[in-house]
Amino acid sequence: MGRKLLLEHIDVPGIETFDVYRQKGGYSSVEKALKTMSPAEVGEQVSKSGLKGRGGAGFPTGMKWSFLAKPDGVPRYLVCNADESEPGTFKDRYLMEKIPHLLIEGMITSSYALGANTSYIYIRGEYMFVLDILEKAIAEAYDKGFLGKNILGSGYDLDLFVAPGGGAYICGEETALLESLEGKRGNPRMKPPFPAIKGLYGCPTVVNNVESIATVVPIVNLGGDEYAKIGTEKSTGTKLISACGNLARPGVYEIELGLSVEEFIYGDDWCRGIANDKKIKALIPGGSSVPILPAHLITKTANGEDRLMSYESLSDGGFASGSMLGSGGFIVFDEDQCIVRNTWNFARFYSHESCGQCSPCREGTGWMEKVLYRLEHGEGNMRDIDLLADINKKIEGNTICPLGDAAAWPVAAAIRHFREEFEWHVTHPLKAQKGNYGLLTVPELK
Amino acid sequence: MISTQEIQEKRPPFSPEKLDFVQKIIKQFPDGREKSAILRVLHIAEEEFGGWLSPETMDYVAELLNIQPVEVYEVATFYTMFNVKPTGKFVFEVCRTGPCMLVGSDNIIEHIKNRLGIKNVGETSSDGMFTLKTAECLGACGYGPMLQCGKTYHEHLTPEKVDALIEEYRAKYSSSNNNN
Repeated sequence: MGRKLLLEHIDVPGIETFDVYRQKGGYSSVEKALKTMSPAEVGEQVSKSGLKGRGGAGFPTGMKWSFLAKPDGVPRYLVCNADESEPGTFKDRYLMEKIPHLLIEGMITSSYALGANTSYIYIRGEYMFVLDILEKAIAEAYDKGFLGKNILGSGYDLDLFVAPGGGAYICGEETALLESLEGKRGNPRMKPPFPAIKGLYGCPTVVNNVESIATVVPIVNLGGDEYAKIGTEKSTGTKLISACGNLARPGVYEIELGLSVEEFIYGDDWCRGIANDKKIKALIPGGSSVPILPAHLITKTANGEDRLMSYESLSDGGFASGSMLGSGGFIVFDEDQCIVRNTWNFARFYSHESCGQCSPCREGTGWMEKVLYRLEHGEGNMRDIDLLADINKKIEGNTICPLGDAAAWPVAAAIRHFREEFEWHVTHPLKAQKGNYGLLTVPELK
Repeated sequence: MISTQEIQEKRPPFSPEKLDFVQKIIKQFPDGREKSAILRVLHIAEEEFGGWLSPETMDYVAELLNIQPVEVYEVATFYTMFNVKPTGKFVFEVCRTGPCMLVGSDNIIEHIKNRLGIKNVGETSSDGMFTLKTAECLGACGYGPMLQCGKTYHEHLTPEKVDALIEEYRAKYSSSNNNN
């Protein structure tokens, strides 16, 4: 097992309470930061740590913080993005549900670094039971003097609130999230201006993922340089991976970045292989928006090197033969799964979740869903496969927010790697309606 | 479906205790930004007023937040969690997205349809007890197939577990009715 920085105490009974969390060394980053460091020094440690945003985009957190405008007399906000909605991703829920004080501690330390006196956790509406857990923990933190006025006698004030969403994937996009937090429809904003200049209520705002904010705790405790020694040179630290699909032991795991993909899938400490002793057919390593990898590109890159769980190794080969670490939503497909059906399923997801603001995405995702439905149900023709590629090109890069790209990439990758399977659905319409292409050979269906 | 009687009983305003709580939520946001509380208040209103947002409820929320009714309508219809039409007493929302599909959510959806005697997703059982809906990814991908009912996630579903769940909710309803 690798080193654990976030989930080390996850199995301690009562860790969701303030007292147990504190006994295990909790809130020490708040003490260290407020008593011995200036806000700028905390930011410096985060920059040195090399932490990349854990929500999916992988943008360096320290750099994002450094963009925050600091005009006099204007409040600044830290908003935690807990709108975890990327299919395959359930790590933030696990963290908030099991060890809520870790997020709250990260929020206090990070808010101090950014000079925010009011911070919000925007959580997806379906996680209402997690909102209850967080509010209970927040009330404890107020009671113990870690939130409110003059925290630990430092003169620093912070109020922390949780606000729920209403069931919209798009609100995971940071500007849509801010619109939603202002009580409006979740339509993404044009950028620039970026939230760091004009965010919540037009004030400078940083929006960070739950895991990124929680990771600020070990970074401050260890120091940025020490943190950066963990993992690989370009992918520092640990990452939560939510493993699902046809695995023997799905769940949330904290890995040291740089672990081999093979070890993660088959190792006894991790997922323990494919369920029911089947063979692996494909992998989506970072949530539904990243390209799918066929079996031969999962444990090895196109160059024959070992594929590792890191930003650089998973994207090795670009979109031609690689993918992305993304949010860490690790979806495994066994030999019985139909790639066309799954691609259609995800296209339906994006079509359902498009906010409707930009026509290429609003119309394009709907078209893709319909064309893929035709193919999956044995009603498609060969031109449909190229039509998908054509629609793809018209969405990608032509929308205000990345949802359009996120909808286009998985379809493009599925066709790139599994074109034969799409063609088989056209040439064998009756079989396509009843079964699927399988792993290696076309199954003979009765 | 919700009975006419219930529609007449469960309607605005909030009880004094609920109203107090709602005012506290509104105060979490800066002065003049009361609208920020809208999603939370709509969730509470839905729970309090029969599981859906009637035009009357939405107008009431607009009044509380000091905004125009249309600002509430556009939000209530944008976010998929809100019901703007009456539903059954219990709403089963089954996740249908990729990772759940890989582990058999399609079968669960079919099974629930058969058990409730309904033809399509979105319908309510004839006794008005259950509405079946599908939802996109609910963040329980490692524990599928799953469904959400109210605040509760029911995970690792099998047809047998679904049967037990339906009985459990029926029992819950009759006991709460006996207490009234």
